[in-house]
Amino acid sequence: MPPSLGHSLQSGLAGLGVSGGHGPPGLVSPGSTGEQVKQVQPEVAEEEGSHHGGGFKIVQWEWSYVQTPYIISVWLLLASLAKILFHLSQRFTTVVPESCMLILLGLVLGGVVLLAHEKQLYQLEPGLFFLFLLPTIVGDAGYFMPSRLFFDNLGAITLYAVVGTLWNAFCTAFCLYGVKLLGVIDEKVDAGLMDFLLFGALISAVDPVAVIAVFEEVHVNDTLFIIVFGESLLNDAVTVVLYKVYMSFVEVGPANVGTAECMKGLVSFLVVSLGGTLVGLVFAVILSFTTRFTKKVRIIEPLFVFLLVYLAYLTAELCSLSAILSMTFCGIGANKYVEANISQKSRTTVKYTMKTLASIAETIIFIFLGISAMDKTKWAWDTGLVACTLVFILLFRAMGVIGQTWVLNRFRLVPLDRIDQVVMSYGGLRGAVAFALVVLLDGEKVKAKDYFVATTIVVVFFTVMFQGLTIKPLVKWLKVPRSTNRKPTINEEIHERAFDHILTAVEDIAGLQGYHHWRDKWEQFDKKYLSKLLLRKSVYQKSELWEAYQKINMRDAISVIDQGGNVLTSRLSLPSMASRSSFPEVTNVTNYLRENGSGVCLDLQVIDNVPGARVEEDSETHHFLTGNLYKPRRRYQSHYSRHFMPAGEQERQEREVFQRNMRSRMENFKTSRHKRHKKDRSQKKHRGSDTREQEGNEKPRRNVSWQDKDPVVVPVDSEMEDEREEEERSEKEEDIGITFVARKEEPPKQRPQSVPAALEACDSPSMASPTCGERFLPWKVGAGSLPPCVSVEATKVIPVDLQQAWNQSISSLESISSPLNLNPNPRVTALSPSSRPVSSPPCSFSQSEKEQQKEEEEALSEQQQEEQPLMSVRPPAPPLSSTPGERRRNPCVYLRSLVTVPPAGNTETHSRGPTQL
Amino acid sequence: MGSRASTLLREEEIEEIKKETGFSHSQITRLYSRFSSLDKGENGTLSREDFQRIPELAINPLGDRIINAFFPESEDQVNFRGFMRTLAHFRPIEDNEKNKDHTASEPLNSRTNKLLFAFRLYDLDRDDKISRDELLQVLRMMVGVNISDEQLGSIADRTIQEADQNGDSSISFNEFIKVLEKVDVEQKMSIRFLH
Repeated sequence: MPPSLGHSLQSGLAGLGVSGGHGPPGLVSPGSTGEQVKQVQPEVAEEEGSHHGGGFKIVQWEWSYVQTPYIISVWLLLASLAKILFHLSQRFTTVVPESCMLILLGLVLGGVVLLAHEKQLYQLEPGLFFLFLLPTIVGDAGYFMPSRLFFDNLGAITLYAVVGTLWNAFCTAFCLYGVKLLGVIDEKVDAGLMDFLLFGALISAVDPVAVIAVFEEVHVNDTLFIIVFGESLLNDAVTVVLYKVYMSFVEVGPANVGTAECMKGLVSFLVVSLGGTLVGLVFAVILSFTTRFTKKVRIIEPLFVFLLVYLAYLTAELCSLSAILSMTFCGIGANKYVEANISQKSRTTVKYTMKTLASIAETIIFIFLGISAMDKTKWAWDTGLVACTLVFILLFRAMGVIGQTWVLNRFRLVPLDRIDQVVMSYGGLRGAVAFALVVLLDGEKVKAKDYFVATTIVVVFFTVMFQGLTIKPLVKWLKVPRSTNRKPTINEEIHERAFDHILTAVEDIAGLQGYHHWRDKWEQFDKKYLSKLLLRKSVYQKSELWEAYQKINMRDAISVIDQGGNVLTSRLSLPSMASRSSFPEVTNVTNYLRENGSGVCLDLQVIDNVPGARVEEDSETHHFLTGNLYKPRRRYQSHYSRHFMPAGEQERQEREVFQRNMRSRMENFKTSRHKRHKKDRSQKKHRGSDTREQEGNEKPRRNVSWQDKDPVVVPVDSEMEDEREEEERSEKEEDIGITFVARKEEPPKQRPQSVPAALEACDSPSMASPTCGERFLPWKVGAGSLPPCVSVEATKVIPVDLQQAWNQSISSLESISSPLNLNPNPRVTALSPSSRPVSSPPCSFSQSEKEQQKEEEEALSEQQQEEQPLMSVRPPAPPLSSTPGERRRNPCVYLRSLVTVPPAGNTETHSRGPTQL
Repeated sequence: MGSRASTLLREEEIEEIKKETGFSHSQITRLYSRFSSLDKGENGTLSREDFQRIPELAINPLGDRIINAFFPESEDQVNFRGFMRTLAHFRPIEDNEKNKDHTASEPLNSRTNKLLFAFRLYDLDRDDKISRDELLQVLRMMVGVNISDEQLGSIADRTIQEADQNGDSSISFNEFIKVLEKVDVEQKMSIRFLH
């Protein structure tokens, strides 16, 4: 732990442990944090004594041991709690930006400390800020920068960042010097031209932290946002160089500054900016390249991302290059390749962790800004200076924006209109970077440091609080086009790609070496060399368009399912229909799911009959599901929001919830299955019927549930799946002879309801297929249904005989839909005199039982509900394996989406079940 | 060459083109010099071969389609007027044009015309519908070899089904406009011609 962090946080906490801490501020001894700790102190001493005395203490107080991490944790917790508090009231937070609230909170805390101590214990340490807080924010910003948008506007961004910042810095400095000469600024402010230039340099840069904090709540359109935001990141190089140059000027004295020095400054600017960018890009390449080889160590994938991006920052800092530029470009450059290389889970982890860190860093920055402001000793107030600075930065920002936009609009395809310019001028927020820089000033050399600190604080507060507060109404009033967080449809994906090609071609024909020309050149280069080098082979070979298609498909499927809709009947599923009957489609699904790392499970273990339900029951189920499935709370947020995942993310999240649920259901099922094993006897008793017993012994049934109407994705974790496979294997050995249907434990009603027309149908194909003895994974795609997703981890091996399995499942499907096929089940007949299909549960119940069950139905509906989403179908047992044990061999899980219309045979079979008894 | 080319262009011709396409005088002369440099036969028209000589077009997946778009139906040559007419589709829409009343004939660079240009790239048989096959062809051009026919087929199905409103399994121009209504076509189908 760097001393600055530990120290500052500790003293910060000291500020919070308000009530009567009398310990010397900032002292690194325990006890400075208030009463609680004070009580402890004697104990610590005592403890030490006890060491000598050899006595044994049951409980020891180890404050000094845990102090630093403890304080940091408490700080983070406090900051997070503050956030919760602010978001309690929805209406309040829409009006007041969070950053304002945090600063106010900081002010209050600082005030309390001030009352207690007469002296501020804490202020935002530049070391802490530049080494830890800032990189988390910049890293997040860079990595998730929408790169196409960024490069589309790179010209404008660079102009504003370089020329705009220089303009602001010089004009502010000279004008301040001018008004100083005029006597508006008090005589006490002992500053010359060099001091003002220095001050101008640090006060003129738009601050990324403040911009993100404010703009992400405003949701202006993407172009506008990216220009202001990009500027705030890229102007770092200018700020750093100006700051350093002037520092050296101040040190050598203004008299010694010659043209040579100025030239050095210019060179230094080029080195710092280009060097920083280069360092970032080098690290981007390293990072991308590294993630090519993480297949076996998925779990540390996110770590590489964090470490290398952070190292890019530190390395640039090490060489005194522009660290922000370095980190930004590292993020932008690596994002594409890293995202393609790492697994879905890692992607989520990276995203969440980055957002979490950035969010908490931002919170801390603003709170500490507030606290720092309450330090009287650092302040020296001069109204003239403060007022003039405020006026000048606003004025020159506006002038700069208007002037540059005028130039830019001569070259821009889409000119920035007046409203954009107003928002850009008004959005030039100053923030913590300026504050940290001004605190870094050497009071010995810059005599007016205290005045500058006060002025900077006022400027920061004014921009963040006043402008932050008013920018929203302003944007509303000006009717600035807002950003729509809308995911592109497949049509848009395709046609926009076509547009790009068209424009490139037209530029070539017209002989213009325009933007599209170069972008195309870059893409060619990227495809030929970079992607080959930086992407995994498996990823490299994929088509972007296909990826996009899959993503969209997945999203839609998930959202439909989440809303309780029917994938099958919804139009979304239709596209897959056409190619449904072809085997490759299955592989595609697999690939797809593998890529997405989620989706549905094909659970090898859960196998059972699908209880075909009557139509009414189906619709009942449907409504129940509609009412109870996770409904996405759709609050669309800006793309750039750190506090909320974009909608796509939300959906992914929901999918995960969904997965979890499904998993737990399966877990349930598993346990119930085992229980069943034990309960064998009692169950037999219960049933009391020989035939039933026989049937039970005949074949182990698996819990299955499926609904005709509501195909549900059954997601299983990859680990889960492995586990299951494992289990399956073991079960094969151990479980032989388990003959009862897992479901039995549950009130029997479910079984009778489900007359397995479909089941039978499923069975029949297996009869036909000679290969059913082999283990296979039939991926079932219901007729006319969207292929449900199957979650297979990327590493999972797809069975070689997938084709076979596919054929089987197809044939089984066909049989499902054809009523004629009902119950041609020779195997069963051979096995049981009652000639019940093994997999048809209803057969095992007597009519009376069934009625009873019906009565219970309502009460049980929930339970039933739970089971239903699991759609797995007992794989057909091979004909040769007529012994119960052997039959267990072929558990398969089908991902089923079912036929839209329940097969006509459904009801028939249903009624037929009992009669068979 | 540029200066010589402009002398070959008669003033009245420039005026006409200006009126029709909205290009400025300097843009027209600039593009005329480009036109002449492409025109290897020096007969005042461009043939397909002239276009195909542009090296970048050879690697553009939609290159041939776009070349075709320059040629009116059943013609093998395109003169400068036609050349400019096609290019005019990609002129950005300027502010003063936005508010123009629509009584006059629609300018070539209107949103609809931009979309129509793109639409025609798909619509090979000119029946004002993008059929599945036509879409597949374009998709095949735009994706690499690593994507299977089935995959492409499902993309095409999905695309059509998303856009199709009247259930004819093809995309009409109106449907095309509809699916892209949220896209900033004005910007995404414009390039900046040097002034």
